Amino acid sequence: MSLKSKLHELKLKYQGKKMAPAFNAFHTFLFSPDETTHAGGTHVKSADDLKRTMNTVIMALVPVLIFSMFNAGYQHYSAINGFPADFSLMNDFLTWDNFWIGIIKVLPLVVVSYAVGLIVEFIFAVIKGHEVEEGYLVTGMLVPLIVPVDTPLWMLSVAVVFGVVIGKEVFGGTGMNILNPALTIRAFLFFAYPTWMSGDKVWVYGARERSEEILAGANVDAISGETILGYLAQNKGAEMTYSVSDMFFGFIPGSVGETSAFLILLGGLFLIFTKIASWRIMVSAVIGSLVMGLIFNQVVDFGWVGESSKFYGLMSFDFWKHLIVGGLAFGIVYMATDPVTGSQTNKGKWYYGFFIGFISVMIRVFNPAYPEGVFLAILLMNVFAPTIDHYVVRGNIKRRMNRLKNATIYPKDSDGKAEELKAETV
Amino acid sequence: MALLSKKDTNLITDPLADNNPITIQVLGICSALAITAELKASLVMAVSVMFVLGAGNVVISLMRNIIPSKIRIIVQLIVVATLVIIVDQVLKAFAYELSKTLAVFVGLIITNCIIMGRFEAFALANGPWRSFLDGIGNSLGYGVILIIVGFFRELLGSGTLFGIPVLGDPIEKTGLYATGYENNGFMIIPPAALIVVGIIIWVQRSRNPALVEEN
Repeated sequence: MSLKSKLHELKLKYQGKKMAPAFNAFHTFLFSPDETTHAGGTHVKSADDLKRTMNTVIMALVPVLIFSMFNAGYQHYSAINGFPADFSLMNDFLTWDNFWIGIIKVLPLVVVSYAVGLIVEFIFAVIKGHEVEEGYLVTGMLVPLIVPVDTPLWMLSVAVVFGVVIGKEVFGGTGMNILNPALTIRAFLFFAYPTWMSGDKVWVYGARERSEEILAGANVDAISGETILGYLAQNKGAEMTYSVSDMFFGFIPGSVGETSAFLILLGGLFLIFTKIASWRIMVSAVIGSLVMGLIFNQVVDFGWVGESSKFYGLMSFDFWKHLIVGGLAFGIVYMATDPVTGSQTNKGKWYYGFFIGFISVMIRVFNPAYPEGVFLAILLMNVFAPTIDHYVVRGNIKRRMNRLKNATIYPKDSDGKAEELKAETV
Repeated sequence: MALLSKKDTNLITDPLADNNPITIQVLGICSALAITAELKASLVMAVSVMFVLGAGNVVISLMRNIIPSKIRIIVQLIVVATLVIIVDQVLKAFAYELSKTLAVFVGLIITNCIIMGRFEAFALANGPWRSFLDGIGNSLGYGVILIIVGFFRELLGSGTLFGIPVLGDPIEKTGLYATGYENNGFMIIPPAALIVVGIIIWVQRSRNPALVEEN
């Protein structure tokens, strides 16, 4: 007897019982069920169900995840031994040593994120008597990619429980949430445990332990794991040794999966061509961030902000480079395009995306505590998305009402055309 | 004969559960957000409100037949303001540190919606004894929520209760802190109170579906 039929029998056996959704979830997750809609019912012909949508996003995330596992090790060893003078992709980056660090540091984050999140989902499915919702499949993958590599696992679990319950389940589950759950989790971590989420000790595995050893009197070199935005926020841009290609391909410290703009770009293109994510949001968010970056560059060019200003470092940063450092690219491609929390109307998506890019760069420059603002900008626009849609819809109705008011409606009694029309139709 | 008739008992017990000023009527949220980061401050706030509302309800109830209805709001404000100043001065005299923590929020009891709400809705139409019970009942209902919220926020946010470390000492790294536990900074900021109150409302309404509003 195959696993499929076994699960099917279990499902029938527990039908109507409290645990039914749990078995059902396993069954439909692993296999495509035998049941079909009864004859005469609704026929859904598209195979693009929620599960497939989610899986497509995960496929777009897998290259980022694998890269981040290598990068975790690369940053760790580079911080200890210094960056390789003559960088070669195969010898310095894609090595087993690097990947092993990824396995012990990044993989547990993924496993814990999924395990905790799915347990919460199962509990809620059983309480509500619903099917288990697939919403967590993507969230569970996004969460480990947007936290620092040294995040303790218990902290991640607490945040995931909070994010899934308060960010999603209280509103009625997948599809009903107003805030992106992954970003709710990130924001919770940021406000709850700021020392683990910012500074120069969290982005590279080992930096925190090293600094504690040094405090205890050990004779080792400190690891500096400052992010590029961190350097700039302290006006230390000149000390940075990263080249533009490092930034673009992602050989820089940062949250686990946010570093490689190149792979994120590929993922974004994949999502656009599979029509899973909205290109309007991505394009307008890129435009928004470029506009804000240009404004800041101009302010510096006009001499309104001098080198002594604490905003100088980030304001003078070339506007287009904002896209390849920090979490902006990742946020735009995977977070802003969340179909549930984003704007629904095409016109609204342009505004929604534009302001995400615009506000992200603005928060980056002006946030005194933490030189990154993508997650805050997206959460803010999540809240405004329904308002944007409301005004887009109102605007459309108003335009059409005006058109109706000015239109000449045939047949008019006094009009000669009425008779013509009648003659034609009769 | 019992001390309180059944009707009078309800005046006290109703606001504790199914007619709670914070979770059901959603009044007095501002102070619940502002001062519940510490349990001690929550407790003092609850007691202060109990004094102001209990005494104020009695005063308004005694005057209810002589207050011209056109200026009743002004009269009510004067009564609350007087009582709040008494509370404020007492706190400054006997618990100066605490009064600094509570800062402007003691003064803001004047604007606490629960107080004006009870004056308008109850004291103006009932006798002093019943008004007194109503005041005590509502301030208890308010205080219970404040203390629940304060308990969780102080415990999770600072690892202390009434200022006494209960989760182990964060500086000496004993207890939970030694195993890597960290204070949850999120619980200290006011939005956390909103979420805790939200969770209380959620629990309460799922226990008693009759409380759920229809859309």
